[in-house]
Amino acid sequence: MSLFSVFNISGSALNAQTIRLNTTASNLANAESVDGDPAKVYRARHPVFKTLMDTSDSDGGDSDGAVAGVRVLGIVESTTPAPKRYEPNNPLANKDGYVYMSNVNSIEEMTNMISANRSFTTNIDAMNTARDLLLKTISMGH
Amino acid sequence: MFDNIFGIHESALVLHGQRLSVLANNLANADTPGYKARDIDFAEVLAGASSEAGLAVSVTDPGHIAASGGEFAPGELKYRNPYQASLDGNTVEMPVEQAAFAEDNVRYQASLTFINNQISDLQYVLSGQ
Repeated sequence: MSLFSVFNISGSALNAQTIRLNTTASNLANAESVDGDPAKVYRARHPVFKTLMDTSDSDGGDSDGAVAGVRVLGIVESTTPAPKRYEPNNPLANKDGYVYMSNVNSIEEMTNMISANRSFTTNIDAMNTARDLLLKTISMGH
Repeated sequence: MFDNIFGIHESALVLHGQRLSVLANNLANADTPGYKARDIDFAEVLAGASSEAGLAVSVTDPGHIAASGGEFAPGELKYRNPYQASLDGNTVEMPVEQAAFAEDNVRYQASLTFINNQISDLQYVLSGQ
């Protein structure tokens, strides 16, 4: 756990936040998707973040639960029921004339996007700080 | 004579670097459910590091491995008490972590400046002008 590990830690966070932004973009793009079958309609996807534990302890001893960043465990689909709408003229409508909307909550997605954006910026700042400090340390005595 | 020319700043620099990586971890896990923010009690750890310097394990045989300082002993990483707990169990508070990160950044640079000044002082003396 030295200053160099900041690059790995913040880098893992940048990756996680990028995946989060990707799912948000996918959700917003499909916010208006419809289907006649509630099982086939697009469902909002969200990443699950998990703390990455440092298991590669060099001296084989207790690493004191030192953490080494964050990773995305997987993407889960929202189980919120898909709202249905009466659109008998829609070619995708079922025999009763209903279409099922995707269960994407646009407001939730927008706040998620802002949060991901801010976390991304913060981690970039942490990386830049670590880089500046390391460069100053390298030029020690000059 | 040159054993301890940088004084406390030598260990302080290492510890500040490690604290920055702990704080970077908190920032990285700001959106992880259940993550507990961690930090070190800097004064306590530095006191331990500087008192251990006097009791360093001596290396008397080529087969001996020098005890590596600079790693946290178990229990030195502590959990932060959040001002306001969040529902998902995450205790990272962005402004707190950012403030601590900025502070540690400045302190790291301060230690670095002290060391650099010490080096230029010595170079001035050695040049004999």
